Amino acid sequence: MKKQIKKHSARSAIRATADHVATGLAILASILVVVPLIAIFVYLVYKGASSLNLAFFTQIPKPEGEVGGGMANAIAGSALLLGIASVLGIPVGIGGGIYLAEFGRGTRLANAIRFTADVLNGVPSIVMGIAAYSLVVVPQHHFSAFSGGVALGIMMIPTVTRTTEEMLLMVPNSVREAALGLGVPNWRSVLSITLRTASPGVITGCMLAFARVAGETAPLIFTALGNEFWSMSLNQPIAALPLQIYIYAISPYDDQHRLAWAGALVLIVLIVLAVSLVRYVASRGILKGAS
Amino acid sequence: MGVGIEVINLNAWYGTNHTLQDIQLNIPANHATALIGPSGCGKSTFVRCLNRMHETNPIAKVTGTVRIGDLDIYEDASPVEIRRRVGMVFQRPNPFPTMSIYDNVASGLKLNGYSNRKSLDEIVEKSLRNAALWTEVKDDLKKKSGASLSGGQQQRMCIARALAVDPEVLLMDEPASALDPVSTSKIEDLIFELKSQYTIVIVTHNMQQAARVAEKTGFFLNGRMVEFDSTHKIFTNPSDKRTEDYITGRFG
Repeated sequence: MKKQIKKHSARSAIRATADHVATGLAILASILVVVPLIAIFVYLVYKGASSLNLAFFTQIPKPEGEVGGGMANAIAGSALLLGIASVLGIPVGIGGGIYLAEFGRGTRLANAIRFTADVLNGVPSIVMGIAAYSLVVVPQHHFSAFSGGVALGIMMIPTVTRTTEEMLLMVPNSVREAALGLGVPNWRSVLSITLRTASPGVITGCMLAFARVAGETAPLIFTALGNEFWSMSLNQPIAALPLQIYIYAISPYDDQHRLAWAGALVLIVLIVLAVSLVRYVASRGILKGAS
Repeated sequence: MGVGIEVINLNAWYGTNHTLQDIQLNIPANHATALIGPSGCGKSTFVRCLNRMHETNPIAKVTGTVRIGDLDIYEDASPVEIRRRVGMVFQRPNPFPTMSIYDNVASGLKLNGYSNRKSLDEIVEKSLRNAALWTEVKDDLKKKSGASLSGGQQQRMCIARALAVDPEVLLMDEPASALDPVSTSKIEDLIFELKSQYTIVIVTHNMQQAARVAEKTGFFLNGRMVEFDSTHKIFTNPSDKRTEDYITGRFG
């Protein structure tokens, strides 16, 4: 009897150790995930914060060689480009995800779309820029904010589509049956019940796609082009934060290097703010109940 | 008021699996009718054919005639119209997780475009009273999510949700099988109350439950209806040997 207990306690000691080791590894992994982000952020603050002032947010770039100036036009330009991209990319992406999960399940077309979306997700962003260049810029004969928005919008679609699909598939079938059993038409059930139940995940997917394209430079080189001056016209080349950072970072002037660091800091902070704002508004809207 | 249901030559398939064979049945109006039988005998498929939920499965097929009142549900109307007249309560409570209690109960009406706020309030209260849930939830109708209630309360909320669209028939597919004994007895009391206003068809694994709530009972076995008679007769003096074997616990 005594021997048995001893054996038992030896085994449980092994289990307890294994438990501690596994927990420790998990904590280590989480730290490794967060460290690069914090490191980048701290370094950006260190390098860029000193160049941040009111002028950075209110002025447009000064001619080369002159000290000072800001990125007001690039901040506004990025906002406009991301607005166009979201208006184009999110509805198409969500629509595609709804088709894959609710209507096309198991069909050849759906499988083809899913495969295409996955491939599109892996296409280098500069190739997206060239695609938007040949689709929009060439026919229009000029670079434009619109073409930049199209390039970013196309990049958002696969991420939004696939996360929407995954999130819809996670909604239990019993919820769909509940709606159909009440005599709710299928389309209405999909929009008002299934999509709504999945909406926190769908919103996360949209925000991921948004944050990803917000920092893209390559697709904008052939489309939005960049602009030294203030412009909000869809038909004109437009400045964007990542583009401006790129231009300043490769310039020979120290002052422009400092502005590039500040621009990178502002870009990250703005992305975090935009994502948090959307999440906050969405979570309140969802808890409020049916519309 | 409830209406009677007439089932003629009903056959149903899942893929190549012939799950219901030549079912003939007359379900009386304003009574509770219980369907019993071992797992996989086709009871659930049968009730799902009564509101055309069966065909939401892409590999499902059905033939035969079902008349609810004077409506031939496979000829005269769309599935959506049928399901408004034939409400359904499922095996597990399935509240809409993002909605408040109020919105859950009102969902059938709201999602069909009904938006008169004042009468919605009345309908929600009446449905919750009919489902014996009103006094428990009336203070946080719009504050609490439907999913935050206990399992038994959720199931009564689902019954209220089905009642709110004012159906003529209420199908209950093992409505108490996921609930504790207290909640089960509440649901049974409820069925007793409701059958004066609705025709109720209840699938159950629990034979005592069938005996307690239903006037008529049908015994299903291997996709066929073996016997359909008054509950008293089925449980005391069944005509078919297989029914007797089942209710005395020799199999199933």
